[in-house]
Amino acid sequence: MMRKIGLLGAVVVLLAMGGNAVAAEGELPRQEWSFNSIFGTYDEAALQRGFLVYKDVCSACHSMNLLSYRHLSGTGLSEDQIKAVAASVQVPDGPNDEGEMFERAGLQSDRFKAPFPNEQAARAANNGAYPPDLSLMAKARPGGPDYIYAILTGYEEPPAGFQLNEGMSYNEYFAVSANQIAMPPPLSDGAVTYADGTEATVPQMARDVAAFLAWAAEPNLNERHQIGVGVMLFLIVLTACLYAVYRKVWADVH
Amino acid sequence: MSDAPRFKNPVVRWVDHRLPIFSFLHHQQVYPAPRNLNYWWNFGSLAGIMLVVMIVTGIVLAMHYTPHATMAFDSVERIMRDVNYGWLLRYLHMNGASMFFIVVYIHVFRGLYYGSYKAPRELLWIIGIIILLLMMATAFMGYVLPWGQMSYWGAKVITSFFTAIPLVGQSITEWLWGGFNVDNATLNRFFSLHYLLPFVIVAVVFLHLWALHHHKSNNPLGIDIKGPQDTIPFHPYYTVKDNFGIGVFLLVYAAFVFFGPNFFGEPENYIRANPMVTPPHIVPEWYFLPYYAILRAVDDNFIGSWILFGYTLIDAKLAGVIAMFASILILCFLPWLDRSPVRSARFRPAYRWFFWILLLDAFILGWVGANAPDGVWNGIPFLWIGRIATLYYFLHFIIIMPLLSVFERPDPLPHSISQPVLKGGGFAPARVHAKPMEKA
Repeated sequence: MMRKIGLLGAVVVLLAMGGNAVAAEGELPRQEWSFNSIFGTYDEAALQRGFLVYKDVCSACHSMNLLSYRHLSGTGLSEDQIKAVAASVQVPDGPNDEGEMFERAGLQSDRFKAPFPNEQAARAANNGAYPPDLSLMAKARPGGPDYIYAILTGYEEPPAGFQLNEGMSYNEYFAVSANQIAMPPPLSDGAVTYADGTEATVPQMARDVAAFLAWAAEPNLNERHQIGVGVMLFLIVLTACLYAVYRKVWADVH
Repeated sequence: MSDAPRFKNPVVRWVDHRLPIFSFLHHQQVYPAPRNLNYWWNFGSLAGIMLVVMIVTGIVLAMHYTPHATMAFDSVERIMRDVNYGWLLRYLHMNGASMFFIVVYIHVFRGLYYGSYKAPRELLWIIGIIILLLMMATAFMGYVLPWGQMSYWGAKVITSFFTAIPLVGQSITEWLWGGFNVDNATLNRFFSLHYLLPFVIVAVVFLHLWALHHHKSNNPLGIDIKGPQDTIPFHPYYTVKDNFGIGVFLLVYAAFVFFGPNFFGEPENYIRANPMVTPPHIVPEWYFLPYYAILRAVDDNFIGSWILFGYTLIDAKLAGVIAMFASILILCFLPWLDRSPVRSARFRPAYRWFFWILLLDAFILGWVGANAPDGVWNGIPFLWIGRIATLYYFLHFIIIMPLLSVFERPDPLPHSISQPVLKGGGFAPARVHAKPMEKA
């Protein structure tokens, strides 16, 4: 009896925890992501489009300090493409032999160049608000990529009578400060030009950049899922064998 | 040990004569265990496995981790991104903590159900509680190391408990912090202690096993071993059963590590620690939620705290801290609070019910701990749910257990372990409403 009730208890706990997780995410619309299921992987084309959106739009204000250009190989970009991306920025380096600091073209080993040298500069340029670093954004908010997509597509006219502060925008999903978000709507149709001909609508760009940020926060997901499936299959076979051994050894006791 | 083995290998014999390590190993193999242990007895060995997994992954993680307030967060992310299989090590360690607590909590409740804490196993039980406390300290300090928002603010909340101590509270807290706030000095010492305490746990686990092997395992019937017919050698019988249990457990563990590695985590902890920004909800890891609920239940308005501690002596904050620690320490007194001579709940019809109510109460406390205290559930404030659950938790041990020992009429016990087992059909129908002397 204890065994049954124990199992039941475990199920109840898991359900309760799952229920809490859902409740915490509120009414975030759930999206279908290629990387959601246990066999899921990132869609490289989406990651590359998402990186373009980050580079051309988000990176004007948001840093991604935890990523280096070399990491972009995980999005399927070739080494030459990555070198070209890195070389398009100037990074400070030095001191050289004369003791002078200098600027040089970026290398693959450089971190993503941040738009502002420090938090104060970022706030000064953004009406006092601090655009957060996006390296881990997809893991740092309940709902992850769903949340990012919801924010990017959640800009609306404020309801009648809503007191919107100076310089703020109304966003349906920005619950932390009562729907007032300091970031003006970042995306507009055609804001980027996709190399693969995909039409750059706001929902399309939001989806792509959310997928890119999910990758940036968890770059080893593909490998993790792949190894995980192998590990589970191995463990199932191993456990079955161990069970057989157990029954065999215990045959004379039962 | 009386049956000292004769080893064939002369080298083994030579060594064993000087250092009887092979005799010791042999003793572990032939160690007699009750023949009727069920799957709930697998969780002790699972806890041992988890301790080893945590130490091994932790040592490797420590090779890549930097315990400095400005570098800790980045070094953990470097492990996740650039260290070969660093993500695997870290997720094994992170989820391993949750698995360790799940296993240990089941192990504790198994002890509660089958009365494993009763004579002559009181010290075995108390040593187990000490291990639990050491685990909690280790887990708490480990959670601080990534230096995310929840790490930092969790550390701040927990260490601030010590300010509740009268007169010297502030000084003690600053001494613990190594400064005037949770900062680099705190992180450094937490890292040092987080590395040390697991080895202390290993030492205490040896005491736990020593005490266990002295009086042997309890069993689902809760009656003593009467003779060789009641036992089987630990090896191979329980080694193969433990191995099967480990296989099943690893399946669950791996499922979380590979397919839901952040299931037990807080998104907030992927934000770098910032002393200037308090997270909207500071919550501990899930395994501390019941204690967190107890801590918050005892406040100025709680009649229970007034009854238990009195206003004049100590303030409510200290009362909350005391209640929280008391919720674990009270387990140490359980062998004397529960005077019933019957160990197993199988033969205790009333206790059985109270056991399940206590388990439910623990889940309710955990649920309350996860929610903001000013929250409301179906019109009932969480604060009040927490208070009632806290009160019941202590009532269970202080009032219900002693009264049950007096008023409960236990079912008749089987004559011996082998009797119900040999009676055929395994031990599922433990309801062998044994006419005790029938088959002597």
